[in-house]
Amino acid sequence: MEDIQKFTFSVYTENNIGILNRLSAIFLKRHINIESMTVSKSEIEDVHRFTFVVNITKSQADKLIGQLEKQIEVIKAYSHTEDEIIYQETALFKISSKHLYDEDIQSRLKFRRANIVAITPNYFVIEATGLKDEIDNMHDKLKPYGLLQFVRSGRIAISRSKMAISELLHEFN
Amino acid sequence: MSTETQTVKKTTTSKKVNISGAEAVIKCLLEEGVDLIYGYPGGAIMPVYDELYKYQDQLQHVLTRHEQGATHSAQGYARVTGKVGVAIATSGPGATNLVTGIADAQIDSTPMVCITGQVAKHLLGSDAFQETDIIGISMPVTKWNYQITKASEIPEIMAKAFYIARSGRPGPVLIDITKNAQFDKFDFDYKKCTSVRSYKATPEVKEYALNAAAEIINNAKKPMIVFGQGVILGKAEAEFKAFIEKAGIPSAWTILGLSALPTDHPLNVGMVGMHGNYGPNKLTNECDALIAIGMRFDDRVTGDLNTYAKQAKIVHFEIDPAEVDKNVKTDVAVLGDVKETLAKILPKIDKNSYPDWMEEFKEHMTIEFNKVIKNDLHPEKDGLTMAEVIKEINEASKGNAIIVSDVGQHQMIACRYAKFNQSKSNVTSGGLGTMGFALPAAIGAKMGQPDREVVAIIGDGSYQMTIQELGTIYQTKVPVKIVVLNNEFLGMVRQWQQLFFDKRYASTEMVNPDFVTIAKGYHMEAERVSKRENLATAVQKMMDSKDAYFLEVCVEKEDNVFPMIPSGASVSDIRLS
Repeated sequence: MEDIQKFTFSVYTENNIGILNRLSAIFLKRHINIESMTVSKSEIEDVHRFTFVVNITKSQADKLIGQLEKQIEVIKAYSHTEDEIIYQETALFKISSKHLYDEDIQSRLKFRRANIVAITPNYFVIEATGLKDEIDNMHDKLKPYGLLQFVRSGRIAISRSKMAISELLHEFN
Repeated sequence: MSTETQTVKKTTTSKKVNISGAEAVIKCLLEEGVDLIYGYPGGAIMPVYDELYKYQDQLQHVLTRHEQGATHSAQGYARVTGKVGVAIATSGPGATNLVTGIADAQIDSTPMVCITGQVAKHLLGSDAFQETDIIGISMPVTKWNYQITKASEIPEIMAKAFYIARSGRPGPVLIDITKNAQFDKFDFDYKKCTSVRSYKATPEVKEYALNAAAEIINNAKKPMIVFGQGVILGKAEAEFKAFIEKAGIPSAWTILGLSALPTDHPLNVGMVGMHGNYGPNKLTNECDALIAIGMRFDDRVTGDLNTYAKQAKIVHFEIDPAEVDKNVKTDVAVLGDVKETLAKILPKIDKNSYPDWMEEFKEHMTIEFNKVIKNDLHPEKDGLTMAEVIKEINEASKGNAIIVSDVGQHQMIACRYAKFNQSKSNVTSGGLGTMGFALPAAIGAKMGQPDREVVAIIGDGSYQMTIQELGTIYQTKVPVKIVVLNNEFLGMVRQWQQLFFDKRYASTEMVNPDFVTIAKGYHMEAERVSKRENLATAVQKMMDSKDAYFLEVCVEKEDNVFPMIPSGASVSDIRLS
């Protein structure tokens, strides 16, 4: 049996309506749960980049690449293991303002590369960016203060090695 | 308007003209060489139908009796012509009724463009009358789909639709057009699509892959080829024949590869798969090189993947990179259109022959003949077998007919026993197994190849799924021959119930209507046969008819199709009884 591991997919697509459905359906059809997903514009004009994080085997990842690239609007899809990328996630924590001057919170903010991004008489909001484990850790530590709201983004990732997407687009044209 | 001006206007469509979106749809179809479409009108597509009325001398519209019939007819047309089939429907239920045919076309790689009307743009998402999200619904079963909300988008999107549908590995495309886009006017200008950024229709052929494949093929002692529809879709029949004849390799076909090679070709060793021939299935696990050409290792072909051709080196000629290593791990993948890859590998292949190895196929065929085929074709019992009906059709058609089969026992029998001299002669629903496929597909096949005899072989269950298309046949006078093999059962399910569910025939016995009377109700000549001595004459009478003809053959109620690989078993576990 092959090991299940975390794979991050970078999928470069045309910026068309409906492509998200097509891509997510590929995971759905194979009963693969998407751990996180982000979409943004990429370094190339009019080309969007999807980042999916899933826990699957290597051979599943290889087959998924084939199926993703088969979509008409997909320019190129890449899969990366954890050590092949640099990635970050962002989280927002909304906490009652009564804890604003709590020393524990102040010290955690320094330690975790976090910032206070909003303060009102009733609550304040901490933004933190880091690896998933770091965000999880911060969440666990802030939870006792009573989180009024918590939200985290999907992963964004940059590959360590070159992804020759611009050259490829040139080839397509 | 002078005649000269009229001629110029007809041919120079690149000149901008201010027309409605609906008219643009028709002009796009004409630009793509379409002269026949299947469909069913309704509120959201009425502007296009209104224009069709105007263009009926250039574009024939066939009114099917159900939108599913429109897609299957378009499929039948596409399968026998190699052109793109076109189906058209209104929004909501009209559009959803297309979905079965679209899914069928997707899995069987059939080029098709479906056009659906949609509610006006300002009503989208408001649950308007007959609104459904057909883009969302059809997304998983289309090669590509797109919703047009502005008239000016029509030419570019239609051109793209046809290009995508027919290029590379073909497939169905759905274009949904809102009603406002059909009404609005714009300056029409058409340019054919020849490429789409992000879509590479055909992979580049790699020299190293050809060399590696040639090495495996040339060094094999017991090579075997399994060929699929890729040979037909790639119009590579001549290249394929040249390749196998030079290499001297026994070649077996998948159900959709059938007819790419004449049935009586000396290197044709039969069908692989669940109800395929004994030899090619059994010897799959004895060959030392398995060369797959334009086929996708469907589970009905491979059986248990853990025991499939484990001893063999696998070479896969394939146009779709996603198919490589999807089911069977290959040693060498030769990506590209098989018309190109087979032509390019030919000089690298040694001229060869494998008489001892071929002898093994013949020995297996003898075993199969004695245990199965003899009883199917020359039964001693009273009841008629399905196979002897196919045999009579073969004799009457001399292998020149297009056989359109539905799904079930009769399909397997038709594919096992029908004889073909030329390509694009076997039309059936392979991947999806769509009951109801054959009657409308036969209409499309006959319209696509009017000079050839088209015989639909249908089971009594399948027939009743699209029986209303008899109305289309009556209205169009398309002379298809319909043979219903009636065993008063959903035969294939019953066979499984007998073999794997202790003969518990749950909901598979059918109480059928009088099919002959129904056919006559549609003004079709019709006959019922239940005795062997009348069969040959009845088949000949049907084949001699210049018009559409219905023949019901009452066959043995509980006959089974053998050989059979039980679901999930190894190909070498193929059963003869």
